[in-house]
Amino acid sequence: MLMFIIRRLVQTVPVIIGVTFVVFFIMQLVPGDPAVLLAGEGASKDTIEAIREQLGLNRPLYVQYFDYLMNLANGDFGVSLKNSQPVLDEILVRLPITLELALFSILITIVLGMGAGIISAVKPYSMQDVGVMLVALIGISLPSFWFGLMLMYFFSVKLQILPVAGWDSLLHVILPALTLGAGGAAIVARMTRSSMLDVIRQDYIRTARAKGLRERLIIYKHALRNALIPVITVVGLQFGALLGGTVLVESIFAINGLGRMIVDAIRMRDLPMVQGGVLFASLIFVIVNLFVDVFYRFFNKRIELN
Amino acid sequence: MEKVIDKKVLLKVDQLKQYFPVKTESIFKPKAFVKAVDDVSFELFEGETLSIVGESGCGKSTTGRAILRLDEPTDGKVYYSGQNILELNKKEMRKLRGDLQVIFQDPFASLNPRQTVKQILNEAMAIQNVVEKPKRMDRMLELLGYVGLPPEALDRYPHEFSGGQRQRIGIARALAVDPKLIICDEAVSALDVSIQAQILNLLKKLQKQFQLTFLFISHDLSVVRHISDRVMVMYLGKVVEIAEKKDLFDSPLHPYTKALLSSIPVPNPTLKRERVMLTGDVPSPIDPPTGCRFHTRCPFAVENCKQVEPALREIRNNHFVSCHRAEELAQ
Amino acid sequence: MNEKNKPILEVKGLKTYFTTKRGVSKAVDGIDFTLHKGETLGIVGESGCGKSITSLSILRLIPSPPGKIAGGSILFKGNDLVTMSENEMRKVRGNEISMIFQEPMTSLNPVIPVGEQIAEALRLHQKMGRREAWAKSVEMLKLVGIPSPEKRAKQEPFQLSGGMRQRVMIAMALACTPEVLIADEPTTALDVTIQAQILALIKDLQTKIGMGVIMITHDLGVVAETCDKVAVMYAGNIVEHATTEQIFANPKHPYTQGLLASLPKIYEDQEELRTIEGSVPSSYNMPAGCRFASRCPYQEAICTAQQPELVEQSDGSKVRCWKYTEQWTGQVEQEEVV
Repeated sequence: MLMFIIRRLVQTVPVIIGVTFVVFFIMQLVPGDPAVLLAGEGASKDTIEAIREQLGLNRPLYVQYFDYLMNLANGDFGVSLKNSQPVLDEILVRLPITLELALFSILITIVLGMGAGIISAVKPYSMQDVGVMLVALIGISLPSFWFGLMLMYFFSVKLQILPVAGWDSLLHVILPALTLGAGGAAIVARMTRSSMLDVIRQDYIRTARAKGLRERLIIYKHALRNALIPVITVVGLQFGALLGGTVLVESIFAINGLGRMIVDAIRMRDLPMVQGGVLFASLIFVIVNLFVDVFYRFFNKRIELN
Repeated sequence: MEKVIDKKVLLKVDQLKQYFPVKTESIFKPKAFVKAVDDVSFELFEGETLSIVGESGCGKSTTGRAILRLDEPTDGKVYYSGQNILELNKKEMRKLRGDLQVIFQDPFASLNPRQTVKQILNEAMAIQNVVEKPKRMDRMLELLGYVGLPPEALDRYPHEFSGGQRQRIGIARALAVDPKLIICDEAVSALDVSIQAQILNLLKKLQKQFQLTFLFISHDLSVVRHISDRVMVMYLGKVVEIAEKKDLFDSPLHPYTKALLSSIPVPNPTLKRERVMLTGDVPSPIDPPTGCRFHTRCPFAVENCKQVEPALREIRNNHFVSCHRAEELAQ
Repeated sequence: MNEKNKPILEVKGLKTYFTTKRGVSKAVDGIDFTLHKGETLGIVGESGCGKSITSLSILRLIPSPPGKIAGGSILFKGNDLVTMSENEMRKVRGNEISMIFQEPMTSLNPVIPVGEQIAEALRLHQKMGRREAWAKSVEMLKLVGIPSPEKRAKQEPFQLSGGMRQRVMIAMALACTPEVLIADEPTTALDVTIQAQILALIKDLQTKIGMGVIMITHDLGVVAETCDKVAVMYAGNIVEHATTEQIFANPKHPYTQGLLASLPKIYEDQEELRTIEGSVPSSYNMPAGCRFASRCPYQEAICTAQQPELVEQSDGSKVRCWKYTEQWTGQVEQEEVV
């Protein structure tokens, strides 16, 4: 197991280098010249050239990339073009906020999704199953920006029980997390249901029945643990989608997180900020996937042998 | 086996080895192999039925697949009418496949569900181009007649047939290209006894009719007894005994063969036999026991068996066994 | 003495039907048998004859829908399992009547240590504490001949071989010392040398515990070696019910005769095997007369007209065949089976 984790960690290194490569070069393709933007409208050619010189933007790309890598290795993510703050500091301020949002969202995805899936699977084709699956279908189909606005309108404007936007208390987390987690929850619910239905047909469930166990114990002890194995993978994938979603949700609810930071930086052509933000988001994704793999392996030790 | 002068060798397997690599946990550990078939040699005579028997994991099916190059063997030679078929290139091998056919355990899995019987048979003939196009229809009806299916079967799909009938389709397909050798890999194992009897009778009939040679792979010793001329017993990738059928069943020499034979439940409650009960499970083929591979379960094992691997030797006429103590145990 | 002769399990007119889009499949259609303490009853037949459905019906483990016990009774120590509440039924399952299945590879939960899978039944039925149940399950593993049982108990099924998994299944089934053990093709998936071990183990434990065993199998060899009496099933019916000696020495029903004749013999040479021509009728559309009539070499007019009853013969065996009744004319008597 330890060997596996180490091997898996080693494998992430080329992935991360690949990410830096992609992040760096995609940024070069983005239209718009940061030097021009920084110099402001109507600046003379010389001024722009001077800024370029100052930022090192006039050197060959591969030199810039290598430089970038070396700086990264030293923990230097560059300086924001906009406010001259170190990118890393800017990110570290916002990272906890986004992580908190992501964590609550994934919690909602898991709890709501699995719960609904189990309720559906226990009595397949019953009213409760059809109802839950209908809601799940709607959940998958709804665009999150619309869903977020609807939640905001209903709970904050109409009922006035939850704050509209911002990020001060735990109450502020509820609506954005729900917006972000709902789509994933719907997918997880459908996956849990089909996985449960598959497991319930297995021979070992019949064995459990033949033992005289109660139906509840059969479901929660014998069926669920096996059914969750494929669901874990789906949850892991959902986490990726969720990171992408933070960009939108943070904008809607005016949360000063990593997602919004990237959006703002893109708008400002603040290259180092965008690079740093995307890099961090990628890092989180890689780490989460690592966890999912280890988790999956823990749950399903048979993989080792087969 | 020079003594059998009147018999012509059709297939000669020489020191065949089939190792499959297994994933190891650590990159530092040496690569491990499942030695599924480990140094197996035997000859197959024209027109005979040689059976390979043994329990799961003994390498009997792997041997069959290696001969057909369905899995490329690790080492060894397989001579078919004098030429080593493991050295043939793809084109030559494809040509040879017309001579070497195979029937699998699960006919359903080996028949394309979207093809009618007509398409299945047509395709088989087209690949080898054994029958000219205009004559194919007649040939198909002839084939169905051989395997006991009605002409209407041509336009039906595999799922419309029962297990026994599907196996007949599989046989017809194998026959379509005029083969010399058919490898039957657990061909009747999935069938109910009454159906199994029909297929066994059919195979025997066809063998006579077309002078076919069978390599019959099975775990069922009663079936093997019925269909074979000679029997080869395998254990953990090794041949432990080869003999004429009657010889093997009446006076087995290897302790494993004895145990295997005495383990079969016999449908005769009045027959009381002495049973050689083996203890424990078959060891892993990844790290097989040293010396004689059977020594861990053998009731007669001595120190020598743990150290020295026994060679396959001829103890009686045409009766080969790989056991150090074969002579003394035979008495 | 009287008490001893009373059967522990009495199945009367059991019918299990499956309702699907194609109609009603009469998988088990009115079968009767009894089982006494310490006795082994074999239920033998080819695939689709209803033998496995019978065994699942006894424990009411038929997947429902589409399956349903449509009639008859299953008296266990005088109580009818068919009409019992689900709650009461659960107290019978795994406690008084246990079952082992064909596929040891898939019948154990892959993510739960085998010791726990045995222990949970003990906690449930015997009201044992955690520690006590675990100790007992280790003891059971030892009893079924698993080496280093303490270590094995903590392992998950994938770490065990097929033979060992079937031993675990047996340990699980016998943990609560049941009065009846239903073994549904317990050795079909195993190699012959392992099969011999498992059958010997079941026999050995049967004498220790004194339970009745129902052995469901397609293998007449297994029947000959393990059973005291045999019920031969064909197309949802029992066609012959007799002692093991009677079945093999003097099979009466043409189907039983055909079945025995189609077996390749291990101790003699035959040029050709006898076969049973034709095929089993569809369970959705059973013929009105004898279900074997279309394949029977002795068929007379009455055979296709009316279904025969399972009738007791002078030697105590029971046969469902017109040949053994007064209605039989014997006019088209064919050559006797060799």
